[in-house]
Amino acid sequence: MTQPVFWGLVGMALVVMGLYALIVHAHLLRKVLALNVMSSGVFLVFIGLARRAPVEGSAPAVDPVPQAMVLTGIVVAVAATGLALALIVRLRSLTGRTFLGGDKGD
Amino acid sequence: MAEPPNKDGGGRRTVPDRTKTPGSVPAHRALPAAARALLALLMLGLFGGLAMAVLSLSEPAPGLAAAVAEHLAASGVDHPVTAVLLNFRGYDTLLEMVVLLLALVGVWSVGRARGCAGHAPGPLLRQLPRLLAPLMVLVAGYLLWVGAHAPGGAFQAGSLLGGVGILLCLSGQPLPRWADGPVLRLAALLGVAVFALLGVAVVLLPDGAPLAWPPALAKHLILTIELAAMLSIGVILAALFTGGRP
Repeated sequence: MTQPVFWGLVGMALVVMGLYALIVHAHLLRKVLALNVMSSGVFLVFIGLARRAPVEGSAPAVDPVPQAMVLTGIVVAVAATGLALALIVRLRSLTGRTFLGGDKGD
Repeated sequence: MAEPPNKDGGGRRTVPDRTKTPGSVPAHRALPAAARALLALLMLGLFGGLAMAVLSLSEPAPGLAAAVAEHLAASGVDHPVTAVLLNFRGYDTLLEMVVLLLALVGVWSVGRARGCAGHAPGPLLRQLPRLLAPLMVLVAGYLLWVGAHAPGGAFQAGSLLGGVGILLCLSGQPLPRWADGPVLRLAALLGVAVFALLGVAVVLLPDGAPLAWPPALAKHLILTIELAAMLSIGVILAALFTGGRP
């Protein structure tokens, strides 16, 4: 097993574990954390698989395009996490709940 | 934003019911053990499929590394990741700045900032910014500059600046009054504004296209954009941390 494949597999494992936690836990903070674990897994897959680029002379065998995409992805994930946390705080201050559902007729 | 009427007399913020454990989830909402086991099996199957996809990938991959290396000289920077971020895939980065701004607008429209210091900061935390903040600003400037030829750049530098903001907020340092007003909004907007304006302005050059930097000017344009982006990213991250509009 080569290094890129190993990190790809680890990343996929993180994605699947995050997805499991996302479904199992009702608490919204845990859901946000699970989504963050999932996105870390995706980033790891991208970073790992970026190392599959062909070696050319002395140039490093890393594809910079997936790396740049991960950098973009990290910022988007942080922004989305901030927004999600603000929404959770708002939900709790309005209803006292930190999980979805529980309204009348739910 | 329409606010639902509060039960306790229309205060801005409803006081949550403190008799319950904060954030407790009722037991009936938890998945039964059988469903969890089934879900775990399903996830194992999903992992198997994903793992097969990873294992079936060809190596070496037909990536874009060669294409980037070929055009690196015309990009204005020497580091391939920075070249991809700010030149070859400039749209990504521009729209990413927009995402940050939208997240800030979203957080600001949800509620007011409640301040970072939930409790009085200890003596260590009060003194820490005096030691760390100048160093962090210095390192941010270094990271911005070094991004042209080594790992670094506007996002790394901006997140450090955001860290400075969070540190100041946590340590209870009072910010000057002007820092909450239009200056904050302008600083948050600066990155997108400079990026978009320069990106449109290069159309006016002979055979120009949106966000296509001419190689002779690319270094200066990219550095200008990165400087503006760094400031905006730092301000936005720190503002996101406070959890509401000032």
